[in-house]
Amino acid sequence: MKSQDFIYAVSRIRMKETKLLSRKDIDRLISQADYDSVLRTLSEFGYSCDNSDDSSDILSIEQQKLWALMAELVDDMSVFDVFRLQNDYHNLKVSVKSVYSNKSPDSMFLSGGTLEGSQIYECVKNRDYKELPTLLGETAANALDILLKTGDGQLCDAIIDKASLDALAEFASKAQDEVIKDYAELYIASANVKIAVRGAKLEKSLEFFNQALANCNSLNKDNLAKSAVKGFDEICAYLNTTKYKDAVEYIKKSMSSFEKWCDDLLISGMKKQKSEPFTIGPLVAYILAKQNEIKAVRLILIAKINGFDDIKINERIREMYV
Amino acid sequence: MELGLFLAVLGAAIATFLAGIGSSIGVGKAGIAAAGVLAEEPSLFSKVLILMLLPATQGIYGLLVAFLILQGVGVIGGGAGEVSNLEGLLYLAASLPIAASGLFSAIHQGKCSVAGIHTVAKKPDTMGKALIIPAMVETYAILALLISILAINGIGALGL
Repeated sequence: MKSQDFIYAVSRIRMKETKLLSRKDIDRLISQADYDSVLRTLSEFGYSCDNSDDSSDILSIEQQKLWALMAELVDDMSVFDVFRLQNDYHNLKVSVKSVYSNKSPDSMFLSGGTLEGSQIYECVKNRDYKELPTLLGETAANALDILLKTGDGQLCDAIIDKASLDALAEFASKAQDEVIKDYAELYIASANVKIAVRGAKLEKSLEFFNQALANCNSLNKDNLAKSAVKGFDEICAYLNTTKYKDAVEYIKKSMSSFEKWCDDLLISGMKKQKSEPFTIGPLVAYILAKQNEIKAVRLILIAKINGFDDIKINERIREMYV
Repeated sequence: MELGLFLAVLGAAIATFLAGIGSSIGVGKAGIAAAGVLAEEPSLFSKVLILMLLPATQGIYGLLVAFLILQGVGVIGGGAGEVSNLEGLLYLAASLPIAASGLFSAIHQGKCSVAGIHTVAKKPDTMGKALIIPAMVETYAILALLISILAINGIGALGL
């Protein structure tokens, strides 16, 4: 699409942005006494809480609304494949494991993929991958084969995750918009760091890291793999020589605080899209902002169900877009 | 006489269509943005309409200059006299400032209006400020209009 084709979409997004939850709104949700009060406040914010008390239903409706809006705003949804591909690979993971365990996968599918989750499931179930994109089909065949032979769910996940990162990298390399390239780069780099850290703790081999890590521009895959084999401290030492040196103190704290650092970095990087009138950037920023909001609401709902205190919730809440 | 008159009418045509093209592109872009905002919030109609119409003025300036040229050579208003080649060429030259400036300033004002409409969409209270920013682009269309009008009046006074 030409840049000016996004004028209408960006105009609608500007209005939608006024309805995104701000940090103040999130604080209001956190301050609610219990789960039901949070649901009532969410209703005031426009969430569809009337027909369901189940938090996953409420949040899934918000996801569906998000992707329905995007389908309304652009003629060709493939511009959002940077997000949709991840949902495809998640749905593939669900499908492969459901076929393996012979269970119904329906409630676990994510909406907003390039294909319906049920379509991927049918292909995997029938071992007929012709209707799937080449990489997705090959990955499905390989992952199911490995799972059936070894029964190793972790290995199956690793194969699908790697393919997902490769698909993302391939999409980003062809994308023309900087915002999509930047997002994909940070996503792949953070996934690589997580794989390296977790692998180092489990003392995985160099071969494992070479297979599991994806290519990205901001981190040298070989150097990261070699550091990961030597241990956690070597990973930190390597990261100190890269643009992710600020992340090291968070990685040392915990993996969840590193994930929060990545999410905050992404959202703060997206804030410049608030003044961009013509490109796809504000749409990408809105998708990330809404997903960030959904993540925050999920966290608050779960915390209220389990009776976590407000300080713990606050520690985990990401920076908001508005 | 024929060539002189042709050049003068050509000047009027250029002033009208180039400034008109600029305005239609500018208003078109701002109109798309306005439609997007109104789809979500119809109550902002009056505010976005003003911003949307800002790039329309260049087309009107082009029309005004064309009208003055046609009047100057007597095509409208009657009393058509002899138009020398030099006089026709001068009228053509006089049309160029508003033609070129109208074309480009309207397109860029349209982009500026889009940004202004987005600002109003998020913060309706900033309407005044959002209006001033694209209005600054108007300055250069007005300067060009001024030179075109002064030149047309000057040509008439030369008595060529």
